[in-house]
Amino acid sequence: METIVTLTKNFEFSEYLSILEISYVLASVLFILGLKKLSHPDTARSGNLWAAAGMGLAIIFTILFHKTRMEDGTYAGIHNIGWIAGALIIGSVVGWLAAKKVKMTAMPQMVSLFNGMGGACAALISLMEFPNMQTELAGQHVTTMLNGEALAILLGLMIGGVSFAGSMIAFGKLDERIGDIKSPVLRYINLSFLVILFAFVIFIMFKTPVAGENWMIYTLAALALIYGVTFVMPIGGADMPVVISLLNSFTGVAAAMGGFLYNNQAMLTGGILVGSSGTILTILMCKAMNRSLLNVIIGAFGGSSAAGADFGDKTVKEISLSDAAVLLSYSQKVLVVPGYGLAVAQAQHLCHELENLLGSKGVELKYGIHPVAGRMPGHMNVLLAEADVAYEKLQEMEDANNEMNNTDVVIVVGANDVVNPAAEEDPSSPIYGMPVIQVWGAKNTIVMKRSMAKGYAAIENNLFFMPKTRMLFGDAKATMQKLISEIKNL
Amino acid sequence: MTGILQFFLEYREAIFIIILSIFLGIEVISHVPSVLHTPLMSGANAIHGVVIIGAIIVMGHAGNLLSMILGFVAVVLGTLNVVGGFVVTDRMLEMFKKKKKQ
Repeated sequence: METIVTLTKNFEFSEYLSILEISYVLASVLFILGLKKLSHPDTARSGNLWAAAGMGLAIIFTILFHKTRMEDGTYAGIHNIGWIAGALIIGSVVGWLAAKKVKMTAMPQMVSLFNGMGGACAALISLMEFPNMQTELAGQHVTTMLNGEALAILLGLMIGGVSFAGSMIAFGKLDERIGDIKSPVLRYINLSFLVILFAFVIFIMFKTPVAGENWMIYTLAALALIYGVTFVMPIGGADMPVVISLLNSFTGVAAAMGGFLYNNQAMLTGGILVGSSGTILTILMCKAMNRSLLNVIIGAFGGSSAAGADFGDKTVKEISLSDAAVLLSYSQKVLVVPGYGLAVAQAQHLCHELENLLGSKGVELKYGIHPVAGRMPGHMNVLLAEADVAYEKLQEMEDANNEMNNTDVVIVVGANDVVNPAAEEDPSSPIYGMPVIQVWGAKNTIVMKRSMAKGYAAIENNLFFMPKTRMLFGDAKATMQKLISEIKNL
Repeated sequence: MTGILQFFLEYREAIFIIILSIFLGIEVISHVPSVLHTPLMSGANAIHGVVIIGAIIVMGHAGNLLSMILGFVAVVLGTLNVVGGFVVTDRMLEMFKKKKKQ
């Protein structure tokens, strides 16, 4: 005999609740359309505004119309509206100022920071809801916490905590406040930590709820935070974009857990949407670097810094400013390969000036953009666009490589790993297999660099010792400035 | 076993939404040019700030001082995620727009 158990919650109707749900449907549609528009260059900006509008809608209607069913069967609206408004204003002002003030070069760490805030928010929600849930369950004399709510609370705390701690470490690394800790042992520590985390979640769920006994939730929070740190710590700085993208999708899942807990459709769709698209984005980023996600997470980039050929005391050739100026002025085609060094020195405006100057002499200057130049995919495009460089002047890596034989001079400005021939020639190199811009194919290469220091991936670059390569040492901005005045004086 | 079946029945709507949203997320994002990876990640980052709704609900029913404080912090952090995320994304995309004009 089939028995039917009444599980669905009592259905109750009220205009306010209907309005709230309609606003959530609209918000979800706006999120989806916003995300869709964000993935096309022409519509991206409006897509962002659409998503923001959806968010505003969901927040305002939640404050106005949200009702929670109390134990005595009555409904209570949102209290503490003054405090909520205060928190919203503080968060908006600080967030707005931080986002407006941050330098374009520091954009990646800012995204990481905001991501961490979202993760922390999700974790705090769980931290507050767990005692409530336990009290309620203990009142009903339930023997275990094996139910959807508990699962959502615990996973929300775990994922949110990992995302928060991980994002903070990623922020520190990108801001160059934290170095890498590379140790093969850490891999096993991480793996066992992950097992312990899940085991602890299961342990809590099988416990008998006791009102007021909350040590386990704080222990879980602490474990999640520690795991977040040890998870990101061994991953090299060059891989931070991938890590941030991954943590971004984690926070999405943590938000979705909140949606599950409150039976809130806007949180659920928004969170899952970010979770799945974030995962795909992470995989796409890995593909752009020709590496697998697993390789990024466990194969810590640059971990084998001893690998790669040893150049001993090979010497590099320098070029004088006047020689460089002459060389450039009498070229037909010049390609600038910018890297993070250009961004740090804020030399993108001078690059544009050089482009105009050479253009007036009939020299064609283009930019060869590696997909992961800078600190994030597309980061360099943003920086050059900021300096008014025209879209047509930016060449993608493949196009630049195809035209390399016809290029007279390549100027490498503050880039290193993305022009390293070891990626193609040296199977023992940690970056072997990563597509690079083949600047050594051009007739001449000028490398602007501050010193002979290694790149972000901490590996030697054979390019500097090649016969066609000449070095121009100094700060990218100052050197570029001198080069421009030198060309003007010709 | 019965527990799992019961769980599925009780949360079938949420499970449906989750599965459909996963496919939707994948579908919406695929074929994005690498130039847009950073703004897209940043925009998605702002969207998961929707977690702030949960923070508002918790704060709206907070009774004791501890949950008031934690709720307040949660709402501030969530707002930082939302506002900061959207503004940063807009700033990035503003650059793209300028470049289109020329």
